Amino acid sequence: MALLKVDKVTHFFGGLRAVYNFSLTLRGGELMGLIGPNGAGKTTAFNLISGFYKPSEGDIWFEGKNISGLRPHKVTGLGMARTFQNIRLWNSLTVFDNLCISQHDHLGYGFLQSVLRTPQFRRSEQKVKTTAEEIMDLLGIRHFALEFPKNLPYGLQRRVEIGRALCLRPKLLLLDEPAAGMNPGEVEQLIDLIRWIRDEFKLTILLIEHHMRVVMGVCDRMKVIDFGETIAEGTPDEIKKNPRVIQAYLGEEEPAHARGI
Amino acid sequence: MRRSIPVFGYVILSVVAVAAAKADILNAYMQLIVMFIGINVILSTSLNLVNGYMGEFSVGHAGFMAVGAYVTSVLNVWLFTTSSLFGPPLLAPSSALFLFPVTLLAGGIAAALAGLLVAVPSFRTRGDYLAIITLAVNYIVKSSIENIQVIGGARGFMGMRNVINSMQEVVDLPWTLIWVFIATGLTVWILQRFVSSTYGKGIIAIRDDEIAAEIMSVNTQRMKVVAFMLSSGLAGVAGGLFAHVLGYINPGTFTIMKSTEVLVMVYLGGMGSLSGSVLSAIGLTIALEALRPLQVAKWVVVPLILILLMLFRPEGIMGQRELTDIFPRLRRWLGLKERQIS
Repeated sequence: MALLKVDKVTHFFGGLRAVYNFSLTLRGGELMGLIGPNGAGKTTAFNLISGFYKPSEGDIWFEGKNISGLRPHKVTGLGMARTFQNIRLWNSLTVFDNLCISQHDHLGYGFLQSVLRTPQFRRSEQKVKTTAEEIMDLLGIRHFALEFPKNLPYGLQRRVEIGRALCLRPKLLLLDEPAAGMNPGEVEQLIDLIRWIRDEFKLTILLIEHHMRVVMGVCDRMKVIDFGETIAEGTPDEIKKNPRVIQAYLGEEEPAHARGI
Repeated sequence: MRRSIPVFGYVILSVVAVAAAKADILNAYMQLIVMFIGINVILSTSLNLVNGYMGEFSVGHAGFMAVGAYVTSVLNVWLFTTSSLFGPPLLAPSSALFLFPVTLLAGGIAAALAGLLVAVPSFRTRGDYLAIITLAVNYIVKSSIENIQVIGGARGFMGMRNVINSMQEVVDLPWTLIWVFIATGLTVWILQRFVSSTYGKGIIAIRDDEIAAEIMSVNTQRMKVVAFMLSSGLAGVAGGLFAHVLGYINPGTFTIMKSTEVLVMVYLGGMGSLSGSVLSAIGLTIALEALRPLQVAKWVVVPLILILLMLFRPEGIMGQRELTDIFPRLRRWLGLKERQIS
């Protein structure tokens, strides 16, 4: 059974058709890339999958359960975590708190227990903290546990955001342009990190990326969309040769006489 | 346990204050100021939960205070006293001593339910628009009370003095002072525990980035309901105490002016700092009393302080920090754990 199955999803913003007839099947353990030019509808597709928008048409299935129209925190609770294109960490909370709060749905206690500090509360807090510490150790960010995210360099903030998503112990991780704004050195580290995360946590990853070095380097399979429509799907090598992709995304090859001058 | 030093210290302070009041060392005027300080601490810390920790802008806190004040007062007068409105008491007047916390809590619950009037719209709107809704709720409450003639309408409602008197007949202690001390202590205790738990920190995540909070598994709607209901419920408790301290309430007390007074305390102390709210509530209450000789000019001096504050220290006296962050040594004196991750 497919872990994630997006079935002919269409989404409109008023009169604008942002995503059209989008289908996607992700098997467990796969690392898939979603690429396309600016404004192609990649992030909208992500927002539909993570429940931030309800699709105008079509359904989304996660582990055989229809999740279209479910509220985002419920979707996340089912085992799907994501990062954002423009880093969205909680800046007035420490890195450690960021990692703890992302487990909010798994806390298992409510307001009264948070005030009365029942044994259930203590167990739950302890578990949340242990998970956060484990993730910090694995990602090598423990040193920054009590720092505020806004004071960290960009590459490290990305790492913290990925850590925050991993704290949810997800089955599926959605990464929205993780290499955006990174320098070449940080990009190399990121590629290693993504591969390592997949193997270490046995995750399925869906990745949006502009950086060709990253997508070509880590993805098993890729899907290309343009103006909300799927124009190609296949292995990185197939995509590289696909004429429609080259035309839409990588740009048309210049005629020979234009190059001559 | 060493961790309970702050609690223990507060209990001693309360006992000393009550004993001093009983022995007339603390005269009636001083007692009144102490009680107003307590009530203002409840109001400012509870408003800080919404305005500071959750980052919304509620300007209708006095409305919830009014709900609590009226519900508690009407219940008490109906149950424990002979009044022209309800006739003879329903229960023995002496039982007021034990049942006062119950009616106070009932007022708080009623106010918390009124808080839903703000919590539900907050799912769809925020910022300035939500601020206008809170203002509207303040007016709805005030106007509603003004138009319910049975409980006095715009003339106000009284008879709470008799409730306090019947408590003092059973055991001769300054009961309002005692209840104010208990309620204030409990409020700060509840809020401190709430905002320092991972569950409660969810509302700080909402302030920082609501979209990220919702997508990273925080049930934002439920957290908003919890925050608004807790905040307005505590304001209701403060209202109930306020009514019994004064012995008389009228809807004109609970206008936007009262809400603004509480707002000033929150902003003076620092958004998202509980100790800041406590300190500013104490400081401002005393300052306003000290400035009493200035009479009307007081209302020039106080806003002027606010202007200067916003110019030179817009984040408030404490900012987002707590007293223990500014004086780390305090943690050791109070027997608290060092700030660390586990």
